[in-house]
Amino acid sequence: MSGAMAKKKDETPPTPKLEIVKPPPASASAGKAAPGSSRASADKRVTAEEMAKKQREISVSEFFAKNRHLLGFDNPRKALLTAVKEAVDNSLDACEEAKILPEVEVKIEVAKNGGPPPAPSQAERFVVTVTDNGPGIVPEQIAKIFAKLLYGSKFHRLRMSRGQQGIGISAAGLYGQLTTGKPVKVISRTSEKKPAWYVEIQIDTAKNEPRILSKKQLETWDRPHGTQVSIELEGRYQKGRTSVDEYLEQTSVANPHAGFVYVTPEGQRVEFKRTMHDLPHSPREIKPHPYGIELGVLLKMMQDTKSHWLSGFLCGDFSRVSPKVAAEICQAAGLDPRSKPRSIHGDEAEKLYKAIQATKIMNPPTDCLSPIGEKAILAGLYKQIKGDFYTAVTRSPAVYRGNPFVIEVGLAFGTGQAAMAESAVEQEQAVPVAEGEEDEKSETQLSRVMRFANRVPLLYQPGACAVTKAVVETSWRNYGLSQSRGALPQGPLVIFVHMASVWVPFTSESKEAIADYDEIRKEIRLALNEAGRRLSSFVRRRERAQNEYKRRNIFEAYIEEVADACKRLKKGKLDAEKLKKQLQAMAHRLTGGEKTDELVNGKKEEPAVESTIIVTPEGPQGAVPAAGPESPVASPKSEPPKPEPKAKAVKPTMKGKGK
Amino acid sequence: MSRTVEDRLVGLADVVTSAAAKKKDPEIQIPVRALSNVEFNPRKRIIEMKDATTARTFFNLGMAKKFMQTMLVADALAELQRADCTTSLREIYYRTKHTLKESSENTFDAQDESDPIIEDLEVTLAALREELNVAAEGRGSIVGNVVLVDDGDAIDCSKAGKSGHTVPSIVEEPGIRIKKVSADFVLLVEKATQFNRLSEDKFWKRHNCVLLTGNGQPPRGVRRLCRRIHDEWKKPVYVLVDNDPWGYYIYSVVKQGSINLAFESERMAMPDAKFLGLSSTDPEKHKLPRNVGIKLNDKDIARAKELLEYPWFQAKAWQKEIRHMLASGLKYELDALANKDFRYLTTTYLPRKLKDKDWLD
Repeated sequence: MSGAMAKKKDETPPTPKLEIVKPPPASASAGKAAPGSSRASADKRVTAEEMAKKQREISVSEFFAKNRHLLGFDNPRKALLTAVKEAVDNSLDACEEAKILPEVEVKIEVAKNGGPPPAPSQAERFVVTVTDNGPGIVPEQIAKIFAKLLYGSKFHRLRMSRGQQGIGISAAGLYGQLTTGKPVKVISRTSEKKPAWYVEIQIDTAKNEPRILSKKQLETWDRPHGTQVSIELEGRYQKGRTSVDEYLEQTSVANPHAGFVYVTPEGQRVEFKRTMHDLPHSPREIKPHPYGIELGVLLKMMQDTKSHWLSGFLCGDFSRVSPKVAAEICQAAGLDPRSKPRSIHGDEAEKLYKAIQATKIMNPPTDCLSPIGEKAILAGLYKQIKGDFYTAVTRSPAVYRGNPFVIEVGLAFGTGQAAMAESAVEQEQAVPVAEGEEDEKSETQLSRVMRFANRVPLLYQPGACAVTKAVVETSWRNYGLSQSRGALPQGPLVIFVHMASVWVPFTSESKEAIADYDEIRKEIRLALNEAGRRLSSFVRRRERAQNEYKRRNIFEAYIEEVADACKRLKKGKLDAEKLKKQLQAMAHRLTGGEKTDELVNGKKEEPAVESTIIVTPEGPQGAVPAAGPESPVASPKSEPPKPEPKAKAVKPTMKGKGK
Repeated sequence: MSRTVEDRLVGLADVVTSAAAKKKDPEIQIPVRALSNVEFNPRKRIIEMKDATTARTFFNLGMAKKFMQTMLVADALAELQRADCTTSLREIYYRTKHTLKESSENTFDAQDESDPIIEDLEVTLAALREELNVAAEGRGSIVGNVVLVDDGDAIDCSKAGKSGHTVPSIVEEPGIRIKKVSADFVLLVEKATQFNRLSEDKFWKRHNCVLLTGNGQPPRGVRRLCRRIHDEWKKPVYVLVDNDPWGYYIYSVVKQGSINLAFESERMAMPDAKFLGLSSTDPEKHKLPRNVGIKLNDKDIARAKELLEYPWFQAKAWQKEIRHMLASGLKYELDALANKDFRYLTTTYLPRKLKDKDWLD
């Protein structure tokens, strides 16, 4: 920490020169070849030395300023979402690491640019403010965390977290700076006993270094500890798919231990309440698993190891390699367990690599992962989605390229009893349908897929994602749903898929879709199958009952018609009511009698399957989340937050600092 | 069944009440209207309906709606009887259409749901459509030496101008009487073009005949009027259609009756009707160039092959006729005769056909 302080001092010249290195004038570079005519320089050969003059390092910040789409800032609408997302991800990570139940407030306001602010749907500039109750950031680190790309604590460890590279929040700040010229404003406080700091920062894009515009202590701040970041940026606010609203809803589903308050640009306050009152168990860092290592990496590890013996190297530098397994590997590779790791090259190394792949090794430890858990998924879905049936499956950990991962699937099915009652009312008031008009039933609605990676919702590029592919290739017809070829299943179904891993393979830096590894897709499919089987028994049972019920309903409606027609045929000389009663009695008998009543009214649901909730008119049954204490919100008492939760930061090894 | 049509309709209500009293599923036996349930009677030379029936029951999810619809149509038809008025299929549809209580479901969604039910009731109650007071589409014209009496007014079809008199859709006694037929035969023409040509050329005057057309497949009124002239005045009937499978079938319906309305063959069919043309051999006889033919499409060929299988097309001459068409791969419209001369039909084709007795039976 003192080091960081010291560093800070070097870096705080109040006005760092924004040194824009101009390319040397063309005449200068062409001087040697054609002294007379600099105009013709384009035609002349350029020497390596001349070219060398132009070759210089590119700052990451500069690179991303020009390639902002790589980080999810391609258009104003997406930029607004990405900014919120990065800030919220950081808040949740920090709270969890500090063992605090997160309370996050997201506020989006239309920026006041002098004059009356435009309507949110028309506005082009917004201020995004995200406030958490996390551990806070020590004042010295604030600038780097928010205004230096590739700075963070998460890149160099094999442990599960939302953020991975330390790009996100500073990129959001950079985007705001590029589009509005306004600095990022941060307030942070690490404990009740200490003051809150207010810092305004910008990024020096050429150097990838923060530039502090203002830094002061605040008299008061309403939170005992936590961080607030405020970014003004160009954006567009729209509801619907891929909106901030949807992102927060899904985040709340996947993080039932977190509470969210969302203040919309219209000034509406939406609350997503906490339903789980235990923190997810905190993930542990792990060593790489032998299966995930490529030959080159293996060679490098053998050079770097501190072990003198091969067997020691295998046991010490990898996870899940016991002395016995190490011996097996060595034997299979035909190598002496006591050979020096540094002396293994070429063919031997290749043999070793093959031997590792061929040896049965236990899966990597999974305490580096923090799956949401079946109970919490159920709680999240049950809280946020109206349905009649909920189930959740957490697979046991699996491995792709040596990275352990866990797939979790949740299903919410049905329209909810309340919704059913509503639609019944609607039906009564239904307008008669004219010829050629369709009775618009949403029977063919496609199910909705919610994708998550390390508890972060993925909203873009569903088509490129392994999750979507796995959902589509699962045959939902086996589970009682209809599905067209190559499409999502139909029906009132929400499919929740979560991948927890120390390293989630995204298809791009903006983290929108999970790459399609066979192992991952297979795990998702297996989880979907398990959840699907549970769903199917529910669907089939209810369908059977509803069919009988529907039959009886149909008969009841038709009985009216038939009896009335008979009465008219008989010129009124017929007791239509008696006839109706007779026919109704038969209908009741023919459509399963009392048994249907029970099934339809849900009195006799079969005993609940594990990790499943079934909603009946009498209320939900099964693994219903307990109402729980109303607000065990992270009290200030809960252990003094450690300073520098994020500042553990090892400097990224990537070269990126401008000179 | 000698009971009145109304009594027969009311009988359906009794089916329901008595079944309900016995706690039985109400059931109406409806004769099957399909190829499987018709049979060619070689003695009478007409298509007759066999006695297969299907039970329409109420307490069956697949049939409940149809049963309900049947009762609604029966009710509307009874109402029609009591009011003594005649209406169309479409009006029956509107009369019986309403929305079911507490739902947005309609009793009928389109007319094609109510039409077959009326046909069902015709066969079930052995009541003719005319007796049910439901008129088919009025489509067809008549011109020639015939005097009809329609609702008391005498109509002389030889004084009906070029366009002729419209054939009513119900041509039964006592509404319509055939007062006098001085023509020698009836010529039933498929299409209006040829009817107009022959009417304009006063073909019927020169050859002393009655010209009838039904614009395509002749409706019941035209067939029934033709049959009555044929029966009551013993006049032979000749049919002039295009040379294609559909033309052959029109002829066969006129002659033996149709599959769908096989129960009406007895009073509609004219087993003595002759097929005057266009025959597949005519293009050669009349030297029609090949380029006025039309290539048979896949549907034509499939239909022609079906015709070859029908028992009423088994006569050698007919097998030869159809196979000849298939072999040539071409079909010809009557209109193609205009390629020779606008009046070729009137002045050459028909006179030669009639003189040579060049027809098929």
